[in-house]
Amino acid sequence: MPLDHYYNEMYAEDGSVRRHYEAFSEWLRETPASRIAQNRHAADLLFHRVGITFAVYGESSGTERLIPFDIVPHVIPGAQWDLLARGLRQRMGALNRFLHDIYHQQEIIQAGRIPREHVNDNAQFRREMVGIDVPGGVYAHIAGVDLVRNSDGEYYVLEDNLRTPSGVSYMLENRKMMMRLFPELFAQQLIRPVDHYPDLLLDTLRSVSHVDNPTIVLLTPGHYNSAYFEHAFLAQQMGIELVEGQDLVVLNNTVFMRTTQGPQKVDVIYRRIDDDFLDPLAFRPDSMLGVPGLLAAYRAGRVTLANAIGTGVADDKSMYPYVPEMIRFYLGEEPILKNVPTYSLRVEDDCKYVLAHLDELVVKETQGSGGYGMLVGPTASRDERERFRQRILDAPERFIAQPTLSLSQVPTFCGDGLAARHVDLRPYVLTGREIRFAPGGLTRVALREGSLVVNSSQGGGVKDTWVVD
Amino acid sequence: MLSRVASSLYWMSRYVERAENTARVLDVAWRMSLLVKEPRLQDQEWFAPLNITGTLFPFAGRHNIVCAREVLHFMALDPENPSSIYACARQARENARSVRGAITSEMWEVLNSTWLEMQQMDEEKMQARGVSAFFDWVKERSHLFRGVTFGTMHRDDAYEFARLGTHMERADSTARILDVKYHILLPSVKEVGGAVDYYQWSAVLRSVSAFEAYRKVYRDVITPLKLAELLILRDDIPRSLRFCLRQVHDTLGRVQNAQSGETLRCSGQILSGLQYGRISDIFAGGLHEYLTEFLESMQSLSLQIQKSFFYATPVE
Repeated sequence: MPLDHYYNEMYAEDGSVRRHYEAFSEWLRETPASRIAQNRHAADLLFHRVGITFAVYGESSGTERLIPFDIVPHVIPGAQWDLLARGLRQRMGALNRFLHDIYHQQEIIQAGRIPREHVNDNAQFRREMVGIDVPGGVYAHIAGVDLVRNSDGEYYVLEDNLRTPSGVSYMLENRKMMMRLFPELFAQQLIRPVDHYPDLLLDTLRSVSHVDNPTIVLLTPGHYNSAYFEHAFLAQQMGIELVEGQDLVVLNNTVFMRTTQGPQKVDVIYRRIDDDFLDPLAFRPDSMLGVPGLLAAYRAGRVTLANAIGTGVADDKSMYPYVPEMIRFYLGEEPILKNVPTYSLRVEDDCKYVLAHLDELVVKETQGSGGYGMLVGPTASRDERERFRQRILDAPERFIAQPTLSLSQVPTFCGDGLAARHVDLRPYVLTGREIRFAPGGLTRVALREGSLVVNSSQGGGVKDTWVVD
Repeated sequence: MLSRVASSLYWMSRYVERAENTARVLDVAWRMSLLVKEPRLQDQEWFAPLNITGTLFPFAGRHNIVCAREVLHFMALDPENPSSIYACARQARENARSVRGAITSEMWEVLNSTWLEMQQMDEEKMQARGVSAFFDWVKERSHLFRGVTFGTMHRDDAYEFARLGTHMERADSTARILDVKYHILLPSVKEVGGAVDYYQWSAVLRSVSAFEAYRKVYRDVITPLKLAELLILRDDIPRSLRFCLRQVHDTLGRVQNAQSGETLRCSGQILSGLQYGRISDIFAGGLHEYLTEFLESMQSLSLQIQKSFFYATPVE
């Protein structure tokens, strides 16, 4: 595929620099290559020293790796971002309404807008949540919505990520790094700040408690988890305790943490542990990460969980095609953000079509995440496609397929020079009493030439994201 | 604060202090071995660091002979030896990593970069750099860590438990270093009070950075009695047993909870022995015996601390 087939965020079709990249482009032209090289090196050292690493699954335990950081920012014009923000606000509003609905009256099913079995047979649908009222009716307090820009220049939502989305610490650290290395860039133009995100998050968590001055904790699986750095970082930034399951204990449906001064009551838990591991009495009995009795305390309304239990049913890949319908149903509005056309392989016609066009499509497991368990048809080998075909035939209902999107590109340092690489954008949407976000989000970049997979576990890197006015 | 976090902070500091003190012990052994001219006896010196850190047994399990090279490697760089400087740096960093939210980023950066540099270290590099230079580096990293802790950390319970670990470990180490002379035999009886004896005692002083203090306090030749008084009973020497125990006792007073009464009593008992003790009495009963008893009481205080602060507190 020719390069000009992709939308380039920095350069227009005719090779001229887009207006919102002009200041950066000029800086790039005038800054000696040696200084840039020196600072790129400095960035690596700093990230290593600060310890911004992530663990890689499948390698020996405790393996830590640095996420490669690229200094060319992903720049978004303010007006463009404001439109995206409206779309995100609308989408999250509808998704939270949907979650409340399906755990209560299920009006959207009764109205025939979503097939009943899609909801009730979904492995992420938590019967334990039926009829439970959560504070403010908010289920997905923190969402990391993946957006991509296609060759048509339009943004599409790729995934909603309503469970325990990660990566926001990179958004914050990337900005800190850019300001440290190249302060002059921030003097030249107005780049909207993002560093108040931890305040917004803390405020959101406070706003969904049933008590006035809540004790809030962040529940982590522990320091072998790939996102542990982020858990510690956020807890510290918010000034709340970072707890592990073993630090919490439930008595009389009340959650306490064990402290050097004795037990202390906990009101809100920002949990970064999946539903399945939260409570060995209710979910997986072999979980060593959770807190026995937590579900009972939660159901009794004695503690708030963010995100709520059972949000996975709304960001499941098989539910994704219905989000535009949710927006119409609950809000009576037309969706601002586009969905990628999606084939459900449980539907026979769709399945046939997909199997005949494997080399054009991206096939994903509905339960997969992190870039694991997916097939990128156009770049996969014949062998890989045939192996995947067999997996699809074995259990078609576990897969969806989408046309291969031509993710937009941003120039990126590779070796000594700049080359165009594909990016996506993950804004973090906070829902409490109101919906808020830090402008921009995390930009992930696929560093391998031609690659469309931006996940850090699959060789992706990150960039600073600028919303400029 | 969380019991688990308090425990990790306590151990983080203990491991940093232990790395430093192992470097001090090895440094003094190294200096002493340079004084001995007879090659046959030189290796004798290297039993001492193994004895005082209580690692002779595991060492013997893996090595056939005791010599400078083997002991240095075992105690400084051996990843398999849980009390080597290498292992201490790893443990300090692991503990810090599990409680990053409770320490400042500056503290984390010191421990993390120390560990990164430590992983690059091998025997060849240590020799090339100079053995003493390596020990100096270890001590400097420890100084830096304490300085950064003192200069950046919020004065909350996290700080208290970190300091508690430092002083518990330091009291233990000073007692062990002081006992080093018991484990080092002079070449012959007539050497007692001679040049070698003098150098050995001054090496002990230097190893705990108290040589200048000794001169200032006593303005006298170095005698075992005064040296022991300085490092055991003086309240103004930061590595003396009494100084460390006063810190431990004060800290325990500040973090006390409903179950820690017995712990506070234990530390108070040890401290009062140091406050009102007489060096002549200690020598009459034997310095080695006194230090052995002290180490035992520290061991039981350490267990008390863990019991009253770190073990899961049951909810009534």
